[in-house]
Amino acid sequence: MDLTLKIWRQASAGAKGQFVNYQVKNISAEASFLEMLDILNEELVMKGNEEPVAFDHDCREGICGACSLYINGRPHGPDRGITTCQMHMRNFKDGETIVIEPWRAKPFPVIKDLMVDRTAFDEIIQAGGYVSVRTGGTLPDANALPIPKAASDEAMDAASCIGCGACVAACKNASAMLFVSAKVSQLALLPQGKLEARERVQNMVKKMDELGFGNCTNTYACEAECPKEISVTHIARMNREYLSAKITAPQK
Amino acid sequence: MAKLDAKIPNGPLAEKWTNYKVHQNLVNPANKRKIDILVVGTGLAGAAAAASLGEMGFNVKIFGIHDSPRRAHSIAAQGGINAAKNYTNDGDSVYRLFNDTIKGGDYRSREANVYRLAEVSNSIIDQCVAQGVPFAREYGGLLDNRSFGGAQVSRTFYARGQTGQQLLLGAYSALSKEINKGSVKMYTRRDMMDLVMVDGRARGVIMRNLVTGELERYFGHAVVIATGGYSNVFFLSTNAMASNGSVAWKAYKKGAFFGNPSFAQIHPTCIPVHGDYQSKLTLMSESLRNDGRIWVPKKKEDAEKIQKGTLKPTSIPEEDRDYYLERRYPAFGNLVPRDVASRAAKERCDAGHGVGSTGLAVYLDFADSIKRLGKHVIESRYGNLFQMYEKIVDENPYETPMMIYPAVHYTMGGIWVDYELQTTIPGLFAAGEANFSDHGANRLGASALMQGLADGYFVLPYTLQNYLADQIGVKPLPTDLPEFSKTEQETQALIDKLLAVNGNNTVDYYHRKLGFIMWDYVGMARNKEGLEKAIQMIKELRIEFWKNVRVPGKADTMNVELEKALRVVDFLEMGELMARDALMRDESCGGHFREEYQTPEGEAMRDDNKFNFVAAWQYTGDDKEPELHKEPLVFEFTEVKQRNYK
Amino acid sequence: MSLAGLFLITFLVVHLAINILILFDDSRELFNQAAHFMITNPLIQGFQWVLFAGFILHIILGFVLQVQNWLARPTRYDRKGHSETSYFSKFMIHTGVIVLIFLGIHMANFFFRVKFGEVPMITYDSGDTYRDVGLLVIELFKDLGYVVFYIISLLLLGFHLDHGFQSAFQSLGLYHKSYTPAIKLIGKFYTIVVTAGYIAIPVVLYFF
Repeated sequence: MDLTLKIWRQASAGAKGQFVNYQVKNISAEASFLEMLDILNEELVMKGNEEPVAFDHDCREGICGACSLYINGRPHGPDRGITTCQMHMRNFKDGETIVIEPWRAKPFPVIKDLMVDRTAFDEIIQAGGYVSVRTGGTLPDANALPIPKAASDEAMDAASCIGCGACVAACKNASAMLFVSAKVSQLALLPQGKLEARERVQNMVKKMDELGFGNCTNTYACEAECPKEISVTHIARMNREYLSAKITAPQK
Repeated sequence: MAKLDAKIPNGPLAEKWTNYKVHQNLVNPANKRKIDILVVGTGLAGAAAAASLGEMGFNVKIFGIHDSPRRAHSIAAQGGINAAKNYTNDGDSVYRLFNDTIKGGDYRSREANVYRLAEVSNSIIDQCVAQGVPFAREYGGLLDNRSFGGAQVSRTFYARGQTGQQLLLGAYSALSKEINKGSVKMYTRRDMMDLVMVDGRARGVIMRNLVTGELERYFGHAVVIATGGYSNVFFLSTNAMASNGSVAWKAYKKGAFFGNPSFAQIHPTCIPVHGDYQSKLTLMSESLRNDGRIWVPKKKEDAEKIQKGTLKPTSIPEEDRDYYLERRYPAFGNLVPRDVASRAAKERCDAGHGVGSTGLAVYLDFADSIKRLGKHVIESRYGNLFQMYEKIVDENPYETPMMIYPAVHYTMGGIWVDYELQTTIPGLFAAGEANFSDHGANRLGASALMQGLADGYFVLPYTLQNYLADQIGVKPLPTDLPEFSKTEQETQALIDKLLAVNGNNTVDYYHRKLGFIMWDYVGMARNKEGLEKAIQMIKELRIEFWKNVRVPGKADTMNVELEKALRVVDFLEMGELMARDALMRDESCGGHFREEYQTPEGEAMRDDNKFNFVAAWQYTGDDKEPELHKEPLVFEFTEVKQRNYK
Repeated sequence: MSLAGLFLITFLVVHLAINILILFDDSRELFNQAAHFMITNPLIQGFQWVLFAGFILHIILGFVLQVQNWLARPTRYDRKGHSETSYFSKFMIHTGVIVLIFLGIHMANFFFRVKFGEVPMITYDSGDTYRDVGLLVIELFKDLGYVVFYIISLLLLGFHLDHGFQSAFQSLGLYHKSYTPAIKLIGKFYTIVVTAGYIAIPVVLYFF
């Protein structure tokens, strides 16, 4: 199939960007979206007058969370429950114009072309997205503490977040609530994470706000676009955790 | 010539590690603060090591090529992690896990290391659960296990089909905790260009900042490389696009020996190749072989019709299907080790029974399990894998059997290390897939995660201290020393040279060509003639690359093509060493299959008299042949047998 | 935000319960009696300030959140979002602002006139004399323009409530697999009943 690509080009973080149109021809419907971009880049390298398009990608099997393209108005393009790298060209029509943009959010500044800096997510996790146990040494046996299967399964649902940022990209408010709540919820559901739950939720939310993410207005675009289909019920759980942490602050 | 000393502690096998820990040297807390450690790589081994060392009080700097440590390719491991917990009461023990791993590796690994791995496996599970890793559980609330290839017990812990992800996120969370505390500093989007040696020791690294293109210098009292494997030498592999062998290769060129470079694992269950634009292959977890049955049509004419698309697999009657693994290996059936399963698939396809449009695929059929257990059970076990398959192939695996074919997946070979995971360069340590590791000539499923975390959480924190104990007097070296400047200049020269070629072919063009050579001659089946040919072809390709590659853009800015080119430069050299090693090893063992050395039934035939050693190659110069060192393998606690999975 | 919202949601029910009385009694006695009670009861008078606070909090927070949300995405997308979302949730600020304008006019028409202006008095057979607030309502709804404006504003309020009701529960973390569908259903029912109830008043008064 032949396609027109309207791609955001921006030389570096500070530079001014603009859209540039490209034509690609004879793309197989079986090719993946990123393979289609590989073909474009190979052409650009050979033509020599323009640098290839920079975009984040790595595992190309939907788990590393690196790929991050906003395609025709949707993060990861027109299909549910997948990442950009898992999308195949059979989802597009011959002759179509595809608009490709980087994630847009204040805490995700563009580094180059379609590549953004998502360090903000790491900073949120560093603010409390862990259980403070030592590594190595002697710990209780893994089976010492049974965990109800339902809680464990739900924690796993939340833990499957790949940190790609599609939730932020999709949200009209650029809110990171789905990402943050997935970690808060996972650890709140497990007995190992309960001990620090109160501090964790407050610290992570504080960091999220400081970084300039928007607020959640329960629009649920995040859930619709999450490649791992993480549910907004985790946001509700985080809200509950946050409120109860605030209300029941321990006496000093 | 340096003699290889594996530094295996004395004493009975089961007490070696304990003895080591009791007698090793320690660094006191006040001195730990004065010691800098550089960790390169943020996967399971790197993140776990950095987190642990930071917790102990060392100053740690960790570097990764991605935008976040969580993107390291450990994240893509699907199936699970082994541990000798014996929760399922099926007769498992540390010794059995050790023995299975040694046997699975076809008796080409070091007993003491493997035993230590099996020994700490249980602690890994405890550690991960304490971190909040949501392993699969039974209704009673206890941990669930499943079985994997090469084992007759259920000892694999898993988190759906995303075990690697969950374990990496566990290590990442530990790392994040330390970064928050300030004991570890994270440097993202940094590619290690070279190792800096001062007075014969590893003392620093040159990094390229991938965003700005700047070259940066860092000092460390010790350097840990945990940069994964080099499967991407084959161009098409299940590794991530940026996975590379460059750091290991740079270490090799600075004097670290390279162990068993030819030992690469071909994973039997990958989605078959479908077009010449393809950028990578996708793995389908080995756990699928728990419930899936592998078959091809018995009749060649059926296979031909399927290849043409005129016959559907579901319309082939039971009696016309050849469940070749169950036929050849009744005891292990579909759960034979990876090398065996891969070769058997290749054998059937070469004999003309392959399916798919290329004839290079076999079926992995779930119809029986769905009938026996119900669709919902299969869905709960493999739902995400089935979905992944459907997105790529556009076929529903619940209704029509999956098509799979072997693909390069893991490299058992890597930087040679002793019992302490120290390379032949003092102060340089290698962990995880980057070292030549504990897997011998073939790795069993669910062992890579185990090894990465064992090295990072439980081994390096001890052994690194033993090295650092006499380094406490060494003041941090300034990075304007001539050793740093010279290494940086060399890197700059290499980059300038690459940009200056300005030829007619892209980097990928050469990488792809190298991949074809490797797959055809250094792949699943190798022979003397082919390997000699491959060495010649790679040499020629290398010359052609330096004449005609085109790397656009500049050095002092983000330049993705330059990043790729720097990696392919190293792959073009590594490929040759792999072929050399394979040519030297006149036997078949594990993933290394020399067609000249097979039993009448087509099984791998080892030559224990001549090749019972680890091949450790020493770099002697660009135009010179590398020198081979042999570390003899001594089996005191296992009986060396021909592997038999029948 | 959500607490203030839920508070206003309950207020709307009380307000509607009183308003609707005007339809059940041509003499407006019931309605005026209720109005009298609302105007004179000291408890209600006190509570009135709480209600104001609720409104102001809801409005200020609404604007603050919106400004923060705009700032969170300084560069907009070229292609508008195509993600599947609850539709009205995207326009809370827009519906909110129009409802706010309506509120201003509404206050001028009723609240301030009752409080500070002249309202005709009416004496019923029972001998009780009240301010004839009901008359104000009837007079106002004789103007077709106002009726249309009123109905449109109320419809937008309905859209606002449609998202707001269930959203408030989500924000408070009151989510449960079994109960949330019920909450959503109640929310829909509430929105339809309240909106229809308010709209029914001018429609009946104007046309019948």
